[in-house]
Amino acid sequence: MRHHPRRRHGPRRLPRAAAVATALALLATGCAGAGGTSFGGGDALNVLMVNNPQMVELQKLTKEHFTKETGITVHFTVLPENDVRDKISQDYSNQAGQYDIATISNFELPFFAENGWLRPLDQYVEADPDFDQQDILPPLRASLTHKDGKLYAQPFYGESSFLMYRKDVFEKEGLTMPAKPTWKEVAELAAKTDGSQRGMKGICLRGLPGWGEVIAPLTTVVNTMGGTWFTEDWQPQLTAPEFKKATKFYVDLVRKHGQLGAPQSGYAECLNNMTQGKTAMWYDATAGAGSLEAKGSPVKGRIGYVPAPVERTDSSGWLYTWAWGMQNASKKADDAWKFISWASSKEYEELVGATSGWSNVPAGKRASTYAHPDYRKEAGAFADVTQQAISEADPNNPGTQPRPTAGIQFVGVPEFTDLGTKVAQEISAAIAGRQSVDTALATSQKLAEKVAEEYR
Amino acid sequence: MTTTTAVRPTPPRPAPSGKRPTGSRAKAWATRAPLLPALVFLIVVTQLPFVATLVISFFDWNSLKPDQRHFTGFANYGSVFTDPALRDSVLTTVLLTATVVIVSVVLGLAFALLLDRTFFGRGFVRTLLITPFLIVPVSAALLWKHALYNPEYGLFNGALTWFGNLFGIDSMVQPEWTSEMPLMAVAAALVWQWTPFMMLILLAGLQSRPAEMMEAARLDGAGAWQMFRFLTLPHLRRYLELGVLLGSVYIVQNFDAVFTITAGGLGTANLPYTVYETFYRAHEYGLASAVGVVVVIGTVIIATFALRVVSSLFREEASRA
Repeated sequence: MRHHPRRRHGPRRLPRAAAVATALALLATGCAGAGGTSFGGGDALNVLMVNNPQMVELQKLTKEHFTKETGITVHFTVLPENDVRDKISQDYSNQAGQYDIATISNFELPFFAENGWLRPLDQYVEADPDFDQQDILPPLRASLTHKDGKLYAQPFYGESSFLMYRKDVFEKEGLTMPAKPTWKEVAELAAKTDGSQRGMKGICLRGLPGWGEVIAPLTTVVNTMGGTWFTEDWQPQLTAPEFKKATKFYVDLVRKHGQLGAPQSGYAECLNNMTQGKTAMWYDATAGAGSLEAKGSPVKGRIGYVPAPVERTDSSGWLYTWAWGMQNASKKADDAWKFISWASSKEYEELVGATSGWSNVPAGKRASTYAHPDYRKEAGAFADVTQQAISEADPNNPGTQPRPTAGIQFVGVPEFTDLGTKVAQEISAAIAGRQSVDTALATSQKLAEKVAEEYR
Repeated sequence: MTTTTAVRPTPPRPAPSGKRPTGSRAKAWATRAPLLPALVFLIVVTQLPFVATLVISFFDWNSLKPDQRHFTGFANYGSVFTDPALRDSVLTTVLLTATVVIVSVVLGLAFALLLDRTFFGRGFVRTLLITPFLIVPVSAALLWKHALYNPEYGLFNGALTWFGNLFGIDSMVQPEWTSEMPLMAVAAALVWQWTPFMMLILLAGLQSRPAEMMEAARLDGAGAWQMFRFLTLPHLRRYLELGVLLGSVYIVQNFDAVFTITAGGLGTANLPYTVYETFYRAHEYGLASAVGVVVVIGTVIIATFALRVVSSLFREEASRA
């Protein structure tokens, strides 16, 4: 834990009985009590957020700018992703109003909205023309709008996935990357670039177990090859021919021409491999480009970017966003909106650009960002491909058949974190060569069946 | 994790008002009284959370579906013993713990025997050998994952390549350690951390051997092996037991190595990792608590033996003094 806001207004001397009672109450509610929040006066906002670098930056800038302009104090609680999800669901499910705002992703938005934990933001958006809601990229707007047609969150930044490749290696080998590659072409290119430099592999693909690790890229491959986790009426399809074909393709590709130690490599390891010149291609999050093109990166300026490879669909990039969701029970809704609209505004992006450089801007949410000359100067290499990837993502129709829930690289049900992780462990074992893809998928199908039963 | 406290305070009897309680009882309480706040504190911070866990383990409680929370009795415990994934993790835990404990006791004994001799720079060598035990577990796991096991830039494969180059082999075999032997990879990292612990305990045992007895044996013409077999080993028995039990209690609870090196994949998910996944990924508070309670009961059984051994050690020391 790095961010412990100091306790400033804590109770000084509680009577012992009260203290014990509080302790018991905390135990009874299973409250972790981590995070060291400080609850200020009546007009302070309490924000619970994930500890990603962009959020930490926001925390620094809030006091100097937002509080100065509006007079609203903001108390932040910053936690790692797993803990933050947990604490948010605890607090929002009780509707205790302890936190006014929290970072939620497009994964949990549907069931949070379904449970009535979030306050719809439409009226605030309408009353605030300066916010320019139309500037927010349409797929993000769509993924933060629940099926009741109301908008429940505002994005802080968004990402999709695309294919990154070493232009210099391709040139040396006399290869050209198609403007819109198919997976078949990518597999051939991976075979040709494999070993073009000492210790260089053809492609890096995640293999680390986790619903947010190997499952994300794999599911986009499944989508574009015509597979799906579930049919519209909740029939699991993990042993269907399309799902099998896609999984076999992914596993074979990473076993033949992928990085060494694939079952233990996730986003961070692949980023490392790409930076160190250990791989010619990398299919992963658009966020990776910012690190590859950062100052001091040995491959800066040598990377080309093309959309996520496809087979049977027009696009296959995923969609993920961290967004501000307001708790329905919040008593400071107006102030909360002021904060949300500031943090997700064009002005805030300008502010970050001016203070710490345009590469650190929480991008991927507004069309205007990609037209901004300063941003284009910094991120020109990947700006357009990123915007295109996010704009083409369609969470409501990511594959070749209708789905029961919205979501591209995940299934939008709470059980998916567990199901995805368990399936990921089976796939990871197949990548390690410890079991066949068929065995892995047969086991996974049974797990998926259990989840599906609850929804049929 | 909870610990069993060997202290059983007798309930205080209220002294009759205005009269000082008499004699030995008052004296006993005078010595006990300063300890009471600590005991109360200990019970509050260790036993109450466990009671809360116990209560939660009887509920079907998914944090994402708070409205559907209800009492289910022993259903969660039923799942613990019937779910194949959980059964696997019990087996993994037993296998991992047994492997790590046995190997680190054998290695620890070897190092302790070597360190028992006097040679130049012994203190320095001892410090070096103890170092792995002082490293934060999660850093040690990261070090093993990236600096040693990584098939591309790890030390192991680098050493193999260097070794191959010595003999003119151009493409030396480059095993993917963690993928090919996941559980052994986790175990090796733990053995590296726990060998020093065993070594310290056994070294203390070796240095408490009565010198005159060893001297007498040597005069009687016993060889080195005979002295080890008939004098050292019986003397070390208690220390070995202590090392095995304490080691087991700690290694059963190991989370860092599994989480960091394999992320629970490839059949390395042990019980603590399963508890973590059930709680944080599946949001099943009830089930996670039930697994936790089962682990506690298992550990308490082991710990009881450990405490017995420790107390018998103390008795021996006392009788010898």
